[in-house]
Amino acid sequence: MQALYGQLLVGLINGSFYALLSLGLAVIFGLVNVVNFAHGALYMTGAFLAWLGLSELGIGYWPALLLSPLAVGVLGMVVERTMLRRLYQLDNLYGLLFTFGLTLIIEGLFHHAYGNSGSSYPVPEALQGGTNLGFMYLPRYRAWVVLVSLVVCFGSWFVIERTRLGAYLRAGTENPRLLQAFGVNVPLMMTLTFGFGVALAGFAGVMAAPIYQVSPSMGSSLIIVVFAVVVVGGMGSILGSILTGLGLGLVEGLTKYFYPPAAATVIFAIMAVVLLLRPAGLFGRET
Amino acid sequence: MSADIVSPSLELLRVTDLHAFYGESHILHGMDFRVNRGELVTLLGRNGSGRTTTLKAILGLTSRRTGSVMLNGRETIGRPTHKIVQLGIGYCPEERGIFASLSAEENLMLLPAVGSGGLSMDELYAMFPNLKERRKSPGSRLSGGEQQMLAMARILRVGAKLLLLDEITEGLAPVIVQALGRTVATLKERGFTVVLVEQNFRFAARLADRHYVVEHGRIVDMIEKDQLEASMTKLQGYLGV
Repeated sequence: MQALYGQLLVGLINGSFYALLSLGLAVIFGLVNVVNFAHGALYMTGAFLAWLGLSELGIGYWPALLLSPLAVGVLGMVVERTMLRRLYQLDNLYGLLFTFGLTLIIEGLFHHAYGNSGSSYPVPEALQGGTNLGFMYLPRYRAWVVLVSLVVCFGSWFVIERTRLGAYLRAGTENPRLLQAFGVNVPLMMTLTFGFGVALAGFAGVMAAPIYQVSPSMGSSLIIVVFAVVVVGGMGSILGSILTGLGLGLVEGLTKYFYPPAAATVIFAIMAVVLLLRPAGLFGRET
Repeated sequence: MSADIVSPSLELLRVTDLHAFYGESHILHGMDFRVNRGELVTLLGRNGSGRTTTLKAILGLTSRRTGSVMLNGRETIGRPTHKIVQLGIGYCPEERGIFASLSAEENLMLLPAVGSGGLSMDELYAMFPNLKERRKSPGSRLSGGEQQMLAMARILRVGAKLLLLDEITEGLAPVIVQALGRTVATLKERGFTVVLVEQNFRFAARLADRHYVVEHGRIVDMIEKDQLEASMTKLQGYLGV
């Protein structure tokens, strides 16, 4: 049983990252209508900035948790303003190709500068150690990751679904041209939304740094699964991306316990079934 | 057009040689018309003549436009849509444009102010009592009439001086069309300037000061209220009714 709980915890941790990343993708796709392939690379950038901050400047985990997403968000907004924006009037395949190219450049730069071997990032002092729950041992940092991801995900969901600020995002997701025809500065909203979405990826990157190895390829291995999560949840659905992220993380963990050889493919098998039965995704609106 | 109706000091909107395109299709071929402060003007014409596109082109919603659209003495042709609207325009789009994922109240509160002197929530709920009862309902659950009332209410809250109303009676029951007629008449009394695109000629005829006739993306005629009776035969020819 110990092993089962252990795998469920791993599943929950992975699920937390899936949820954070697919939430950002959903928000960006909803308003900006761009499938942001660079999301994984920006997650990696977030982790790398935290690692660089610590090793080069002595900036610790806690400031990095704020500064690193901020830097990634600003980078995203600059990219949106200067480059991505020019592609909006074209088919959204161009946005996907552009962000894919951006991924290759970002990963290539980090690869060139720091090689491909991963570096480890220490768990912050306050979150070292763990608690024995009786049925399993719970490392404190992992509990922190799950907790904070849930707070950030459902906090974002609340802001989007229940506040005036979120009403702008929902209206813009439905019909950006019409929202602009009511006097709202939609181009600025798109920049800020893209910045917020990729900042979430940067945030996930910092959270991941003490758990996974910080390496230039850490994003590309994750992003493929995250895209499968987004497809299962329904492209653009906020709550769908959060719940599907957590759910598929758990399913992956369970599979690792009951039938380990299928663990790497179970999410894609589910994706195939969902695409066959409900092409718009579990939480997507049929159109 | 005689000079006394369109003196420049009274003029709020002046459209000159306006061409508009959707992609490669050339829809407006040199629209020319003026609207004075406090006037209610209609654009009449058959389906596809370019009336809706005219409203969209004023707002910069077409893919390309050339010519001149002066609002309150300011040229708007090079401005982005939201900056044009912020000069004081309220837009009620065809099919009402209610955001389905927002509640009635969220729809109503969504629009930023574009001028001073907008109607207060109390005034709006007095004018459209149904909206108060339905304020928590999602936009997608409102009836056609409620959606139309909401689409009107939300542009009256923001202090717009010029209202662009596109087919507001379309698909609505006669009793609701009558209520809308009273609303538009009230707005005119309150000094709003209105450009009305309307299929329902009887609705428009009662309210309008002047009618512009649109054909193939151009203004081909202008008929004043007091010439309307005398021009009916001509007008029926234009509209094909």
